[in-house]
Amino acid sequence: MMWLSPSEAEALHLSLSVAARSVIVSLPLAVLMAWVLTRRRFLGHTLLDAFVHLPLVLPPVVVGYLLLLLFGTRGPIGSWLERVFGIELIFTRNGAALATAVMSFPLMVRAMRISLENVDRGLEQAARTLGAGAIDRFATITLPLMLPGVLAGAITAFSAALGEFGAVITFVSNIPGETRTLPLALYTALQMPGGDVAAARLACMSLVLGLGGLLLSEWFARRVRRLLGR
Amino acid sequence: MLSVAVRKRLGSFLLDARFELPTPGVMALFGRSGCGKSTLVNIIAGLLSADAGRVALDDAVLLNTDRRIYVPPENRRIGYVFQDARLFPHMSVAANLKYGQKRAPAHRFVSLDTVAGLLDLGPLMDRRTHQLSGGERQRVAMGRALLSQPALLLLDEPLASLDAARREEVFPYLETLRDQLAIPMVYVSHDFDEVLRLATHVVLMESGKTIAQGGVGEMSLNTGLRSIIGADALGATVAGTVLGTDASSGMIRVQVGHGELNLQAAPAAVGAKLRVHLLARDLIVATQAPRHMSVRNVLSGTVTTVSSDDADSDLIAIDIGGTLIMARITKAATRELALVPGRTVWALVKTVSLRSHSFVAPAAISTARPGA
Repeated sequence: MMWLSPSEAEALHLSLSVAARSVIVSLPLAVLMAWVLTRRRFLGHTLLDAFVHLPLVLPPVVVGYLLLLLFGTRGPIGSWLERVFGIELIFTRNGAALATAVMSFPLMVRAMRISLENVDRGLEQAARTLGAGAIDRFATITLPLMLPGVLAGAITAFSAALGEFGAVITFVSNIPGETRTLPLALYTALQMPGGDVAAARLACMSLVLGLGGLLLSEWFARRVRRLLGR
Repeated sequence: MLSVAVRKRLGSFLLDARFELPTPGVMALFGRSGCGKSTLVNIIAGLLSADAGRVALDDAVLLNTDRRIYVPPENRRIGYVFQDARLFPHMSVAANLKYGQKRAPAHRFVSLDTVAGLLDLGPLMDRRTHQLSGGERQRVAMGRALLSQPALLLLDEPLASLDAARREEVFPYLETLRDQLAIPMVYVSHDFDEVLRLATHVVLMESGKTIAQGGVGEMSLNTGLRSIIGADALGATVAGTVLGTDASSGMIRVQVGHGELNLQAAPAAVGAKLRVHLLARDLIVATQAPRHMSVRNVLSGTVTTVSSDDADSDLIAIDIGGTLIMARITKAATRELALVPGRTVWALVKTVSLRSHSFVAPAAISTARPGA
């Protein structure tokens, strides 16, 4: 990419890499969570629902801080992950992916829930009478029918992950080449004297990425709708 | 044999149903809309739980609340044709048909080719489900259910969402399935004409309860029907055998009981089985052998019962040689003719008021039976 400077290319690549990791890890969890919240009624349902939505209403810095407490080197989960799997999250791009995943999780779950609620349960019953067990039914009927929501959720979450700032900078700091994603690079540029042009260029990159994401999502949705004949 | 005895409370509605269906056979579950027919079928399929009771199909116990047995629907081997077809919108017709087939047990009694042939599904195979008409959708739904190799087929008003013309288009396929395959079927309907054409057995339901059951001929005479279908639709359904075709008039002669009827119907082979509906309101009763009349059909018999239908009319059951027919006449006529059980009478009916349907009793057919 010859029209980008090395540091810009690095920030862009890092942003895409962090967003992709975040979406890949949270996608199956979000599908499961959407299913649990839509199809199961249990004690604590409302609490779980609220918990999932918390990152939408909390200041991102708070989320970053909580992640630091839990996943830091001395945090209960962080220390365990390091001891057992040798995974280090703090100050790494995987940590950045975790922070963006937590922040965009509610967006993903919301999109999936809406489309899961529109899946006709009668079709699942029909599959049942045709001999399909629970997992079989989910894989062959429910999941394909909620696919528009899964795709929409993934693309929205990916776009949001590209732009996550507060939670990332709080949890994994602003390290060039490791955790300095586009918004962090933009923030850094603004902090430097004479960084206006660099900031404007990074802002334009974010704009193009965001727009591209939205158009892609719309195109996918249309294709899937046509496939389902709606 | 399908045997069902279940109870379920839904708010203030209580379902309390019990019946037995000898297999193979087609049992119509008949009653007004909202009498609990669909609830009952859903319990048989296992899609709804019952508060108490049991469901057994041949040797397999599917539900027994006392013994805490509940076989989930996916293991019951019960095919279900829903009123709204419920085809999978993200699959082609062929993929819909194969969905159950792939998950069926190893022993298969009906193949994709057979089903496609019986239901004329060949031209539809590559279509998407939203490109199908209402009638086509139901045919595909029937095919899909059959290919799951069910030991029992449930049909919950499969024609109710279709207009009259489409219904006539799909109905012959139901008759084909009944005549060509030996799968026991439970057919839910609130249309008595459908029941008369299709069923071998009838279970009457009223506000959640099964109030009577038996063979179609017997059940067509059941007085419990009157409150559901109305007095004008009451009548006897009798089995007939084609004796021959009258070359000059084109009418076919059919033996019913020890009498004979002339029917306007499609030419049929000698010996073919027919079902003839004799509406009670269309029958005229005479106490002497009538002569010099335009009426072509005269059946002699013996009065077996005289029962009051309403303030003005009586229902007279007449035995015409092992077969019962029913006439609805005024009380005044009953009195003047002195109709009492044992009296010999002649029942007259105009050819134009007779309806008939070809019918092959499923028991008479022996194709491969679904394995137990």
